[in-house]
Parts: sequence; C-alpha cells; structure tokens
Amino acid sequence: MSDFGDALVTAAGLLTGLNPNLLEIIRLSLFVTLTAVSIATVIGIPLGGLLAVKRFPGRAFIVLVIDTFMGLPPVVVGLIVYLWLSRSGPLGVLGLLYTPTAMIIAQCLLVTPIIAALSRQVIADAHGQYDEQLRSLGAARWQRIATLLWETRTSLLVTILAGFGRANAEVGAVMIVGGNINHVTRVMTTTVAYETSRGNLTQALALGIVLILIAMLLTLLLHQLRRLNVEPG
Amino acid sequence: MMRQPPDSLFPLTVSGLDFSVGGEQLLSGLSFELLGKGCTAILGPNGSGKTLLLRLCHGMLTPTGGSIHWGDATPAQALPSQAMVFQLPAMLNRSVWANIDYALRLRRVSRTERQRLVQEAVELCGLTEVVGRNARVLSGGERQKLAIARAWITRPRALLMDEPTSELDPLATREIEAMIQRVVAQGVRVILATHDMNQVRHLADDVLFLEYGRLRAHLPIGDFLNYQGDDTMRDFVTHPTRSRTIP
Repeated sequence: MSDFGDALVTAAGLLTGLNPNLLEIIRLSLFVTLTAVSIATVIGIPLGGLLAVKRFPGRAFIVLVIDTFMGLPPVVVGLIVYLWLSRSGPLGVLGLLYTPTAMIIAQCLLVTPIIAALSRQVIADAHGQYDEQLRSLGAARWQRIATLLWETRTSLLVTILAGFGRANAEVGAVMIVGGNINHVTRVMTTTVAYETSRGNLTQALALGIVLILIAMLLTLLLHQLRRLNVEPG
Repeated sequence: MMRQPPDSLFPLTVSGLDFSVGGEQLLSGLSFELLGKGCTAILGPNGSGKTLLLRLCHGMLTPTGGSIHWGDATPAQALPSQAMVFQLPAMLNRSVWANIDYALRLRRVSRTERQRLVQEAVELCGLTEVVGRNARVLSGGERQKLAIARAWITRPRALLMDEPTSELDPLATREIEAMIQRVVAQGVRVILATHDMNQVRHLADDVLFLEYGRLRAHLPIGDFLNYQGDDTMRDFVTHPTRSRTIP
C-alpha cells in the first residue's frame, strides 16, 4: 500500500515537475500510438465498410481472418515485423528496425484488424436497418455509404477508441521492434517494463499511473465528441 | 447521377408476377392494372404477400418471373416518381426537420427551396410541435407522420404505404388516415397494404385481395363490400377485426 502511495506522490511529482525526460517519453508514446491508430482507422473503417455492404467471393474468408487477427499476440507481430525489418529481412534495406516507424508498423498490424472487424459489425447492422429506406429515398451508392458512416459515427468512434486502447497498452511488439532505446524508441509502456526490471517499482508504478491518466484524458475527449451524436434541428 | 423520372407513370401494369426465395413460391402469377387516380387497398391475411408486392412494385426486389411496369418504365426507372412508406420506417439519427430535408438534399434541391418545401411538409403532416426533436424519440404516430412527410416531399406521383397504422392507437390511426386522404386529394396515387377493413372502407376506391401469394380478386370497393362468396374474402368483410395468419 505504501508503494502505491509513494507511486502516486512520484507520479504527481513527475507531472507537476514537467520532467523533460518524461515529457519526451510521453510525446513519443502519443506520436507512435496516434499515428498507428490514424493509419489503422484510414485502412480499417473502409475495409470494414466494404466487408459489411459488398458480397464478393472470398469475403467470408477475409472476415474470418480479420476476426481472428483481433486477438493477434503482440510478441508474434513484433517478431514478424522484426524478421521483415532486420538487416537480412526483405525490408532490411530500409533501415527501419529500432526506429519509431517500426513501432508504428507493429501497432498498425495489431490495431487495424480490431478497427476493421468492429466497424464491419457496426456498419453491417446499420446497413440492414437503413439500406432499403435510403434506396427508397433515391440515394445513390456513395450517398448511402456516406449516410451510413455518418449515422454510425458514435459507434465508429468507440471502435477507434478500442484500437487506441490496444495500441496504448502495447509493450511486447514495440519492445521487440523498437528496442527500448533511450531518447529514440523508449515509450511509456517499455519504460514501465524497464523500470520494473531494474527494481524501481515506485517509478514504474508512477509511470503506469501517468499512462492511465493520458488514456483517460483521450477517452474523455472522445466522449465529448460523442455528444455531437444528436444534431440540433 | 440522378435518374430521370419517366414521362408517364400510369397505368401500373403487373403481368404474371412471380416471386420465389430458396425454391419457395411466395407470389404466383399476379396480374392487374392500376390507373392514375385514387387509392387502392391491398388486402389479405398475414403472410399473403402484401408487403412483398409493394416492395416489388417499388423496385426494392426483382421479380423471379413476369413483369412490373409503371407506364413504360421499370420500377427502378420509375423510382424518382414513386415513393414508399415502410411499416417500420428507418429514422435517421437527426432532427425531424433534417430527416425531411435529407430526401431533398439527395435530389440536390437548393437551400432556399428546401426551406420552403420542408416547412410546407411539416405543416401538412402536423409535425410543427416536434420539428426540432430527434426523430428516434418520436412516438409511433409521429414517426409515421414523418415517414409520410419524407416520402411526400419528393413530390411522388404514386405513394406506396405498407400498413402505416398497424402499430398505432385509434387517435393516431385517424390522423394518419386523414393525411392519406389529403395526399390522395392532391392527386397522388396511393397503394395501401393493410388488413384493417375499416381503413379500407374509409380510404379505398378498389381492392386487390391476396391469399397464399395469389390474387384472389381485384374489385371496386362497392363490389368488394357486397361480396357474397363463402370464403376468406367474405370473412374479411363480415368479421373485420378477426386476427388472420396463413399457416
């Protein structure tokens, strides 16, 4: 209990003291996570939408793969990305291993199936509810897609939030492909793991609390966006 | 690209219409012709194919046999000139005003014109009190009024309605029936699926009676009400409130 109390005091100190090292880690964490989630959103929502409204050969298999990949083990993803980006790998020439870019790639691979699978379900439900009505009103295909995306915007925000949660909490994959190099690829989660391994439990716990606070702040921001759900007349 | 409405929407000609799903024949050999004025009731027990027939005429489904023509146009080609009010209309998650406005936005009507037309529809359909309210929190009667307003604002020459009062209390039912009468008085051709005999008496000029996916009769309302046969159709006339479902 005293460890936890000490951790709270240390966390408050880290935040109020604006520790430059901590700020650098927070900045890099947010950069990596938000970039990965943004890319995953741009890929995942259209992919989910396509799988929700179009019937084509192989669709069921793609759905099965995406649903399965929602539970991809991060260390396996980290290992695969490592093998691709390592010097002897097919993309080794790009020199991306142990860079934030490698961490973004790994997080994208983890988050895209989550956003695609959840948005597919959300859009499929809305499609079943609205499609005939929209066709009846004379909406062209692109107008129906735009309307479905707008009508499901709240649920789609929640899917993005789920993706953010996965990326923000990720440690295994980013540790493997980023290497946890100080001032280069060290992020919040890998710092917590590093401090724990050194026995600095109070410091690790304090960083964990900071991590949770950041996640809470971003969630609050998304909740505010959800309030736009009901349009005024 | 916007589809151009056909020059002439009538007569609505249905010839040898079949519709089947998974080997099950749901509609068989329906043939009839409707001219351009008045209100036709499609009547029949639950499961007789009333909704299916409306959806086929509206162009939401493709017949597996026979044909449907609005004038010379297919239902899909005629879509800009005919609208449908579904039994459970889907409401967009926005205000009553924005729901009605949506139908005009799809047709790229100018903002000024939209303002005028939506206001007119709101007044015609008695939605003034709830115009700013989110459509999803409306009562059943208000939702149906909104669905009619949204369909009517596209200025259809034919309005297909699928049991628009089946979920409503008597007061709301009377309001919707009055709206239907106003729409018919404006020259809009109404085709109404219902199993409510009182509604048929109040609104219909003629009746299409369906049973087991077949057209049993197409009669003027007077002939239908005086029908003397000894079968389901007679049962509808003499016992209008009895619950009926095809087994």
